[in-house]
Amino acid sequence: MEKEITDATFEADVLQAKQPVLVDFWAPWCGPCRTMGPIVEELAEELDGKAVVGKVNVDENNRYAGQYGVMSIPMFLIFKDGDVVDQLTGVVAKGELKERLEKHI
Amino acid sequence: MRDVIIIGSGPAGWTAAIYAARAELKPLVFEGDEPGGQLTTTTDVENYPGFPEGVLGPDLMATLKKQAERFNTEIVSERVDEIRKNDGGSFTVVSKGEEYQTKTIILATGATAKRLGLESEKALYGKGVSACATCDGFFFKDKEVVIVGGGDSAMEEANFLTRFASKVYIVHRRDAFRASKIMQDRALNNPKIEVIWNSAVTEILGVEEGRVTGVRLKSTTDGSTRDMKIDGVFSAIGHVPNSDVVKGLVDLDEKGYVKTDPGTSKTGIPGIFACGDLQDSRYRQAITAAGSGCMAALDAERYLAER
Repeated sequence: MEKEITDATFEADVLQAKQPVLVDFWAPWCGPCRTMGPIVEELAEELDGKAVVGKVNVDENNRYAGQYGVMSIPMFLIFKDGDVVDQLTGVVAKGELKERLEKHI
Repeated sequence: MRDVIIIGSGPAGWTAAIYAARAELKPLVFEGDEPGGQLTTTTDVENYPGFPEGVLGPDLMATLKKQAERFNTEIVSERVDEIRKNDGGSFTVVSKGEEYQTKTIILATGATAKRLGLESEKALYGKGVSACATCDGFFFKDKEVVIVGGGDSAMEEANFLTRFASKVYIVHRRDAFRASKIMQDRALNNPKIEVIWNSAVTEILGVEEGRVTGVRLKSTTDGSTRDMKIDGVFSAIGHVPNSDVVKGLVDLDEKGYVKTDPGTSKTGIPGIFACGDLQDSRYRQAITAAGSGCMAALDAERYLAER
């Protein structure tokens, strides 16, 4: 299942996670974000147990979006051991996103 | 062997899928890198018939996809890397190393927004340079931005950006817009919008700081340059057709658009049909793309029946 990540849970869910984490920074009014929504959801199912897949609604949570300089969404940051190890912006094919995340599993 | 493979998932691709599926051709659609196509980055679509109140671009695309799925369209969420012609007139479509055999192909890969083509633009992408006003306008609350362009998209995006930005400058190379009257009037009457005529952005400043700090403007009349402080850079300067995958296979015009026989979707290769923005540099509307998608499906159906 895809995780809802907020400013309050970001530290525990992302930075302290034992597994690699894909964070989808999105907002409900962003068209491409809505296109990516179901794709990210499927990825969460497929990589269940191997990686954490979560999303941050930047409309409601701007602390970490600001900290990581998110100025374009959808933006996907991949974290490993608390550090950003990869980054993608915009609409991305599911295979591409999966490959980039699997490299860190 | 499949009857038809459709490449692309904008209005042209989904309409072709709806028609082909209803003709029981069991189409396979490759959604590509940008599922839903260009409409997913717009807001309100006010000129698509059947939606008197307007419809959101992404919602329209979700609706078309759903309609195609209802009639048994198979969908692969990947891009197509290669198309090969087989002996005997069929085709091999390659995606992610997997091969698919088909009797016909409907090309509906559309077009992609052009960039300014500056190194600094690439370096600052996502750091103040954006290709999607509706996605990223939010990050420019009370900031000043420029948008480069002079067509309907530039007007629409400029207006949209005033929801967030304190000031929006439209930078245009000429002294008149080519946008439609209604769109121009909306922009010109917006107190937050100012037009910088006869100018081009030749550099985006801020590469060292890691965020956009300004732009260098060059006058198209006397060649003089000046720097201007700015927080964000958007562009709406036209499109390029996504025809790389069929280069060398079907005929393209000098701008890279796929050539079709007038009044049909037929390319020079029997069994390959093209629709939507990929073959239309003139109208480029959601409704004309959808219409040509229908034509392509009917042309493919007839081709299969006669073969």
